Amino acid sequence: MPKLETIEQVERFQEKCKAALDKFPLVVSLCYGTACCAIGAKELAAAFEEALGGDKSVKFIKSGCHGFCEVGPLVVVRPLDVVYQQVKPADVPEIVERSLKEGEVIDRLLYRPGGNGNVFAKENEIPFYAKQSKVVLALNSHIDPYSIEDYMAYGGYSALSKALLEMTPDAVLKEVSGAKLRGRGGGGFDAGRKWNSCRKAPGKRRHIICNADEGDPGAFMDESILEGNPHSVIEGMVIGAWAIGGTDGFIYIRNEYPRALEAFSSALEQAREYGFLGKNILGSGLDFDIKISRGGGAFVCGESSALFRSLEGDVGEPRAKYVHSVERGYHDEPTNLNNVETWANVPHIINKGAEWFRSIGTEDSPGTKVFSLVGKVENTGLIEVPMGITLKEIIFEIGGGIKGGKDFKAVQTGGPSGGCLPASSLDLPVDFDVLTEAGSMMGSGGMIVMDEDTCVVDVAKYFTDFLIEESCGKCLPCREGLMHMSRILHRITEGRGEPKDLESLKKLGDAVAVASLCGLGTSAPNPVLSSIKYFEDEYLAHINERKCPGGVCQALISYHIDPETCTGCGTCEKVCPVAAIQPVAGEEREEGLLRIIDLAVCEKCNACREVCPEDAITRR
Amino acid sequence: MFDSEDLVTAMLAVQEEFNWLPPQALDYISRRLSVRKPRIYHIATFYKVFSLEPRGKHILQLCMGTACHVRGAKLIADELSRRHGIHFGETTDDGLFTLERVNCLGACAIGPILVVDGDYRGNMTTNRANAVVKRLKREAIEEEGASA
Repeated sequence: MPKLETIEQVERFQEKCKAALDKFPLVVSLCYGTACCAIGAKELAAAFEEALGGDKSVKFIKSGCHGFCEVGPLVVVRPLDVVYQQVKPADVPEIVERSLKEGEVIDRLLYRPGGNGNVFAKENEIPFYAKQSKVVLALNSHIDPYSIEDYMAYGGYSALSKALLEMTPDAVLKEVSGAKLRGRGGGGFDAGRKWNSCRKAPGKRRHIICNADEGDPGAFMDESILEGNPHSVIEGMVIGAWAIGGTDGFIYIRNEYPRALEAFSSALEQAREYGFLGKNILGSGLDFDIKISRGGGAFVCGESSALFRSLEGDVGEPRAKYVHSVERGYHDEPTNLNNVETWANVPHIINKGAEWFRSIGTEDSPGTKVFSLVGKVENTGLIEVPMGITLKEIIFEIGGGIKGGKDFKAVQTGGPSGGCLPASSLDLPVDFDVLTEAGSMMGSGGMIVMDEDTCVVDVAKYFTDFLIEESCGKCLPCREGLMHMSRILHRITEGRGEPKDLESLKKLGDAVAVASLCGLGTSAPNPVLSSIKYFEDEYLAHINERKCPGGVCQALISYHIDPETCTGCGTCEKVCPVAAIQPVAGEEREEGLLRIIDLAVCEKCNACREVCPEDAITRR
Repeated sequence: MFDSEDLVTAMLAVQEEFNWLPPQALDYISRRLSVRKPRIYHIATFYKVFSLEPRGKHILQLCMGTACHVRGAKLIADELSRRHGIHFGETTDDGLFTLERVNCLGACAIGPILVVDGDYRGNMTTNRANAVVKRLKREAIEEEGASA
């Protein structure tokens, strides 16, 4: 393939790609994201490939994440536009025979939430999708991430050719600044301003870097973008290089994402082949390429100055930021770092303009945001919503409410740097500033829903321990302060809390926040401080009553069998590894004798609770 | 050409090949990239992915991301340690298992997740984790019997 050099050539090639796609009257799009693959998408792919044989009328796509992980593996059949959920290899022949050949909808594979008779066939009817507005994820279920041709059939690289061949770097900068695009990695810093400062910073080289070190546990937005639509990130970065005057590019990919790495590597090769990377891109005179660098499993490397050290082949320890990284970043040279989602937004802004972008979302946080909605929610998955949507809409309309009809307790946003928000915050609109004001933060987009069976003290302890593990140890407040906070939290959850502990936690937290060197430390106390602010009662229950209201803290709970609910089936007795469960003589139930747990023997391993068909085993 | 910037990448490649960093390999890297060894060991101990000791025959990775945590991953960790003597970051004395703690594998919808030799097992429970370990132990005994 000769390199493309003019807008006409790019457009002609896009038309060719589109014509090639249009030749297929039928499309089967199988979600091949990490979650779906872990629950059978790989076997499904093999089954489809076999059943379709070499059928020239069907385009079979192994696509990136469709989003609705809860009911995966997912298959979308077009133009019927029907979504099949929890598909098994045995269903494949029927899908091929009936849906593809006859155009029929297979009723039993449709999505039926809640068992109340509602059935949804089409993607835009399913409540989980209906409230979303997809920009960055829009192409995910339509394209093969390993095919640049698919991306171009949907207008891919139009923004790049427009920017490089029709716009000056200044005009591109103006568009991005005008869009008020804010960094999606967590800080929410104005991307246009950052680009501008980097462009103005003195230096021979300027580095354009994509932060794909998505270390926030419980978040997989960037992974899904890289896996599903890697070219959008490349396109955004090259446009950035044009605007900023970038000389070389890097992407820093988290080690835990081998599949994202593979998809992105392949995309880089294809982009080079077509002349979207390399020397004299599209004949514009821009020389730019992107090198992949892999992380080593260190959360702190998502912090900019640590990331640069890691890129330089060193340990990822942050530095004090007296000088901004746009001026002195990688190798102390001007560096522009944005995360995956931020870069993926850029082509859309160039294509459709700043005004369009600002028409979505709120005044100060325009555009959409991708969230991973996880935890104790009915519809777990990846969602993209306009900024300004309320937490309630996300959790109860898109998310379908709390799993198993339990009560909502809290939602955690912003990962280890964010906080827990209570039910009274559910009406808050989600944007960068509102969440920060409420004591949490937007973060990169992890949203973890907690129900009545979750203990907020335990979660605060979890994040603190996570951060101790991930703290680089360079500065004292973070290294020692967190350790002491953790000690207190452990004491509280083990039933040895004291009334003065809350005051100590607050004091320590404030000190760590003020005195730490980098963002990891300054935000580290947030999970603890926000949970004390909103859930003081729960802390007090642990401290004063030695009780864990969520039924999680092992030292404060015991397992019991409810004599009213137990049917005497004996399943629990069979799985108990320490023989702590015994039948009660004379207590006949439907299926046998009532069982009872010997608390002196019980190790609280939870095995019995997992298997009880009647949910008769409680923790309290 | 390679230079000291490729250090982490080179070490990752060795780690992937051998599942740990043998000293001979680190010697080689030190010579090839002209990097002094203290720096190599500094990096090897800083990043979680590296291991300076040989690892077990089976690598178990338990996801301890937030979503998995609230769904009970800790119970599974407790069970593996109590019942089978498999502890985070350690290799069992018989060299059969290494248990690693990973922070989010990006498949939160199906948590808790236990990865057994690269194979993702979703919706993990203490019962299922027990079954996995028991099966692998049994297989090891059978293999030993077959080769004896």
